[in-house]
Amino acid sequence: MSRSRRDFLKLITGAGVAVAVPLTAEGHDHFTGYPDSYGILHDITLCIGCRSCEAACNKVNNLPAPEKPFEDLTVLDQKRRTDENTYTVVNKYDVGNSSVSPLFRKFQCNHCMEPACASACFVAAFTKTPEGAVIYDPSVCVGCRYCLIACPFEVPAYEFHDPLDPRVVKCTMCYPRIIEGKLPSCVEACPQEALTFGKREDLIAIARERIRKHPDRYINHIYGEHEVGGTSWLYISGVPFEKLGFRTDLGITPAPELTSGALAMVPIIIGMWPVLLGGIYFITQRKEKMAARELKDAVNEAIENTQASANEVKAKALAAAKQDKEKAIEKAVEKALKEAAKQAKETKEDNGKEDA
Amino acid sequence: MTESIHTLQEFMFQTKGMCYLLALCFFVGIITFWRFLNRNDLDQDMD
Amino acid sequence: MSEHSTAVERPLFSPFNVIASLIILFGLWLTYLRFTGGLAAVSNLDHNNPWGIWIGFDLLCGVALAAGGYTTAAAVEIFGMKKYHAAVRPAILTGFLGYSMVAFALLYDVGQPWRLPYPFIISPGVTSVMFEVGACVMLYLTVLFLEFSPVALEWIGARKLRRVIVRLTILLTIFGVLLSTLHQSSLGAMFLLVPSKLHPLWYSPYLPVFFFVSSIAAGLSMVIFEGTLAHRNFHDKMDKEHLEASRRVVLGFGRGASLVLAGYFAIKVFGIAIGNNWHYLATNYGLWFMVEMLGFVALPCFLFAIGVRERNATVIKWAAFGTILGIILNRLNVVLICFNWQLPAEARYFPNWKEIGISVFVVTVGIVLYRFIVTRMPVFYEHPDFKEKH
Repeated sequence: MSRSRRDFLKLITGAGVAVAVPLTAEGHDHFTGYPDSYGILHDITLCIGCRSCEAACNKVNNLPAPEKPFEDLTVLDQKRRTDENTYTVVNKYDVGNSSVSPLFRKFQCNHCMEPACASACFVAAFTKTPEGAVIYDPSVCVGCRYCLIACPFEVPAYEFHDPLDPRVVKCTMCYPRIIEGKLPSCVEACPQEALTFGKREDLIAIARERIRKHPDRYINHIYGEHEVGGTSWLYISGVPFEKLGFRTDLGITPAPELTSGALAMVPIIIGMWPVLLGGIYFITQRKEKMAARELKDAVNEAIENTQASANEVKAKALAAAKQDKEKAIEKAVEKALKEAAKQAKETKEDNGKEDA
Repeated sequence: MTESIHTLQEFMFQTKGMCYLLALCFFVGIITFWRFLNRNDLDQDMD
Repeated sequence: MSEHSTAVERPLFSPFNVIASLIILFGLWLTYLRFTGGLAAVSNLDHNNPWGIWIGFDLLCGVALAAGGYTTAAAVEIFGMKKYHAAVRPAILTGFLGYSMVAFALLYDVGQPWRLPYPFIISPGVTSVMFEVGACVMLYLTVLFLEFSPVALEWIGARKLRRVIVRLTILLTIFGVLLSTLHQSSLGAMFLLVPSKLHPLWYSPYLPVFFFVSSIAAGLSMVIFEGTLAHRNFHDKMDKEHLEASRRVVLGFGRGASLVLAGYFAIKVFGIAIGNNWHYLATNYGLWFMVEMLGFVALPCFLFAIGVRERNATVIKWAAFGTILGIILNRLNVVLICFNWQLPAEARYFPNWKEIGISVFVVTVGIVLYRFIVTRMPVFYEHPDFKEKH
């Protein structure tokens, strides 16, 4: 094979790859997230509902002090959610079985591997960092609250009371602390080691190991491993997750996949509509023109026909007139000749009379 | 209904099959409806 | 124009003007509350229910009901149905005002309205369906403004500029239909992200198609409905051509709406089949779904057909009204009523009266602008200086 031919082949296969990559990106490629990103494992069997994590979170993030102090555990009697002053809450669940009940579950942003909030945001205010945290940039936020709609865990809150500078509020996974090399404040504060910080892959291994070692203590499910495409927060529990307020019907489809089909239609419509509509416009215009021309032709033909028949009549009339005229002339000449002959005769006779 | 289905293949076999059946019904239905809607105009010139 | 000399006097202190002024004053007070106390001061929006009637009614219904602009323009300019020409200007006007009111309502709904251009100049979030909706709505508002501008230019007598814009008609129409296809469908596509929050009978991968197709039915019905109201109030402003065309428009658009609704009904049924959601029909939400589908899709579809067959304009007008109610019901179902259906009743949303007040204020501003324009500009009649052959 000649060199030039080889180069040429390389060129076209190279071009083939360049074209193939964006095409397969929507179809066959799958993305596994940032390697070595961090996560937190919440072992629900170890949580005692002391609210230390809540207090630490409040302090680290300079949030306003709550109405009731964090030591007041009667707060746990209500089911709470995150709000503009609270990044995390612990809720109490009565699961019936007296040996393990009540159970406590910490609730906060799960830091999805493919965050729905980021997929929804039209100013790209949310970022999944390589460290695993999903962070929010209030300086570009318009306040449409589509992220609150999109989040399958109902985590983000909004400052509905702020008239001028309202922000979306949610857990940052203590991103500023992580890049300083510190632990997230809730993990640091937990006295029971119910929270473990580490690389997500290691945490999954740890969780598997615990479940394998203590099949009587845990159910065989790591919540967050696959849910909505996976989350950086992972949970293991001794009772089915739906009994602890988790939704187990969220599926495993990552948010961007839900809209990628519809978004893929946008360029198709932009490409095809002008062609289609322009084509229809051209056809109707042409039809109209053809109809107009046909009408004109028909009118012209009618006029021509009328004219032709008129001409014929005229010609006939002319011919007839000519014939008549000739006859009339002939007659007139004959008459004139007769007259002349008569006159000549009479003159002769008169002359004869005069001579006699 | 959905509880007894365990594979995507089986799920799609059911739903797609149902869709083809419905599509057929719709096709017959829309012809009937079209005739109902336009009957008065088919006899005479459309304005 | 002879119609002008017979125009009825519209007194300054008519009941309409008085009520509209009161609503607007009231609206200005609510505006003050909104921008001094935040969203919480005037609305029942909360962390679980971040979108209320401003998005559900003003935005989603507003956009769907303003679809008359692109459907009518497409029918006349692209598909060559010149006999409906008289319907174009009123439809474009309603579309333009409809979209303007959508944008106006958004100023109240979003947290920092002064940042609304951010997606396009500071930080584009192109993965968001809402980015596409925003871009299309912004561009389409510009297109509608241009499509409507000859009316205003005839009014002030700017011949040259008008001629330039009129020459662009077909280009603007095609661009307008393109943009409308995109954002009408994308408003539905925005809810593709929430399979876990929207009831399965309303959630479907077909949501963008449902929204687009139903917007055509909404647009055609709005032209009929708005024409009926306009005849009642502005009969004196209409020229002979407009009056003669209006019956043709009602019959023709009624026929179109009937067919579109038949197709819409079919694809909604396909939507249930594709998701295998039949068993939900036997629940309370299923009953509600059937109310929407039978009462506000199938029934108007059938009424349209009867009206067209029997040449009965009254029946068609009722069918148009039913369709409009159906579209409003559908959009409210998707955003509010069947959204968050898994939440307990006490966590669900119901609008605050001040929220409703702002919606009423926005609609009133739209109606006032509509009256201002149609009583002054050549919308229902052709300007004597700019008569054209069609």
